[in-house]
Amino acid sequence: MKFTWFNLMPWPYLPDDFREKNRSVWVDIDQRLFDPAKSHAVYNTYMDLLEYAGTLGFDGIGVNEHHQNGYGIMPSPNIIAAGLARGKSDAAIVVLGNSIALYNPPIRVAEEFAMLDCISGGRLVAGFPVGTSMDTNYCYGQIPSLTREKYQEAHDLIIKAWTTRDPFAFNGRYNKLRHVNIWPRPIQQPHPPVHIPGGGSVETYDFCIDNTYSYSYLSFSGYIRAKALMQGYWDRVAERGTPDTSPYRAGFAQTICVAETDEEAERLYAPHVSYFYNRCLHVHPGFADAPGYRTIKTIQTGALSQYAPPRGGYANLTWKELTEQGHVIAGSPETVRQRMEELIRSLHVGNIFCLMHVGDMPADKCMYSTRLFAEKVMPKLRGIFPEHASDDRFWCKPLETRVMPDSLPPSPARAPESVGA
Amino acid sequence: MQTITIETQHVPVRVITGGAGAPLLYLHGAGGVTAEDPLLQRLARHHTVYAPLLPGYGDSAECAELRDMLDITLHYWDVVEALGLKDPVIAGHSMGGMIAAEMAAIAPHDVTRLALIAPAGLWLDDHPIADIFAMLPFEMPALLFHDPAAGAAAMTAGLNIDDPKFLQTYLVANARQLGMAGRILFPIPDRGLAQRLYRIRAKTVLVWGDSDRLVPPVYARAFQKGIAGASLVSIPEAGHMVVAEKPEAVAAAIEALG
Repeated sequence: MKFTWFNLMPWPYLPDDFREKNRSVWVDIDQRLFDPAKSHAVYNTYMDLLEYAGTLGFDGIGVNEHHQNGYGIMPSPNIIAAGLARGKSDAAIVVLGNSIALYNPPIRVAEEFAMLDCISGGRLVAGFPVGTSMDTNYCYGQIPSLTREKYQEAHDLIIKAWTTRDPFAFNGRYNKLRHVNIWPRPIQQPHPPVHIPGGGSVETYDFCIDNTYSYSYLSFSGYIRAKALMQGYWDRVAERGTPDTSPYRAGFAQTICVAETDEEAERLYAPHVSYFYNRCLHVHPGFADAPGYRTIKTIQTGALSQYAPPRGGYANLTWKELTEQGHVIAGSPETVRQRMEELIRSLHVGNIFCLMHVGDMPADKCMYSTRLFAEKVMPKLRGIFPEHASDDRFWCKPLETRVMPDSLPPSPARAPESVGA
Repeated sequence: MQTITIETQHVPVRVITGGAGAPLLYLHGAGGVTAEDPLLQRLARHHTVYAPLLPGYGDSAECAELRDMLDITLHYWDVVEALGLKDPVIAGHSMGGMIAAEMAAIAPHDVTRLALIAPAGLWLDDHPIADIFAMLPFEMPALLFHDPAAGAAAMTAGLNIDDPKFLQTYLVANARQLGMAGRILFPIPDRGLAQRLYRIRAKTVLVWGDSDRLVPPVYARAFQKGIAGASLVSIPEAGHMVVAEKPEAVAAAIEALG
């Protein structure tokens, strides 16, 4: 199993009446609710929490990209990842990911991901999402029905830039580049492992299968509601005659809160879970799915946008409902272990993106929950798929010897003697 | 009115056609058009009307090759060619008006009469056009009609919005139609027409509903500034869907082009 500690980086100061006074947490969220001076502490605490998770044995620490979004203050995940790449931890730097249709030209992603791989010593796991409709269409102005074609071209260009050793010309529809020759290039060969976040489109299933990429479902509605979608993926894997059904071909994001007892979990975390599901997921439905963004085939399969709220909306869900229906896995280590095992086996997923900082959760509660998960839950889940333990196709392969941030020699008192040159 | 299929370079095109008289090419707006459309019915009295559907609209095939404004403008000239029309009156509503203006700008010697009905295509910073792509269906009537209640009734007539099957059909149609319209209108309905308007030589009439809240009448003046000699027919008690609310007055303005 691979466990990645993930921080969406929500803005923790949305007011109590946010839902009533605002139509959306995303795209046209009220600028005045963001306080740049307060964000100084928020950013640094969030980065500290990611580094903290990296010291507890998580396989990866993860970041993602959102724009104009009250629950994700990371328009550039690569900036956060660069900070994390310098740390001493062995954890993978999971950037899930860069919305490659938005970078102009997309070789910028090839370059920045290469930098992250080089700085981190080969610890990068690269994610290429199409990007949500909110980010890609409404914030960044991409034409919805051309987004996927542009995404595909960006992907082809990035992979070619990573794997071609001589300058080449790229005559794409959206990118005309006469001299592609990225410098630096990634440590990992032929390139860093790629994870593709998806929302149930058959085209994305096939894309992952064809390229040996891991398919991740980043949902906030939990593993019970995800069953049909993930089954659709595994059915497709079988249908396409894929040589194996390794669970590492798939990943899943799950909100997790751990305490000593179930009661303590509710007492400690319920307000923050409520903050997330009631305020952070308050998205204007008109932004959820620009016409043309999803393919006709996908709409016909009946898959709803992952931002479609449950009937009646999240606001009506109590702690009991949120936990029983699996939106949130919360409770004592034993309760969480049981539910996690059910999740892992029922969805057949080897990569878990643990959403452990929830809403406006303060650092101490987050650390408490994270430590309990790392010490009392994670070890018991490690061995679930022994027959696939050697499958390393979907994870990073770091250098054996890496430099550490404090690797400089003592401050020289006089001119160093030159050796060589 | 009947619907025929014609072949063009990139895609077969469905064309609603009927009536008798000089040819008139009608380009529909982002909402599409049907054979029952009151304006088409009215125009067919004095013209042979041809209303080609933009690929993806109605039951017509989609076309991945039409990506930008030049592709779409030339596609409509391919349609004119395939229909064998010589100097048809070209009329277009909203998105269709934008395409009609592009056609007249790119081939100024082939268009002598042009009717632009509340056309999209320009952008005034002081009068931003609402983002129809971020709107919910129930928000549309107030934006589109002078009389929102009547507009809402017309938009939802015969639809059962509680039927999940209807909902899926609706979502698919919306994705096909507005997905294509997005290539022309998203996220801002400006593809550079302003700097090409001067090329239009056709006798041009602008037709605008006085209570158009989507593309407000101030845009008529911007079009008049760009197209030499363009006249304006303002229609009271009509919104952006002036074609549905006042088909008689719109038809009269088009027919006055001769």
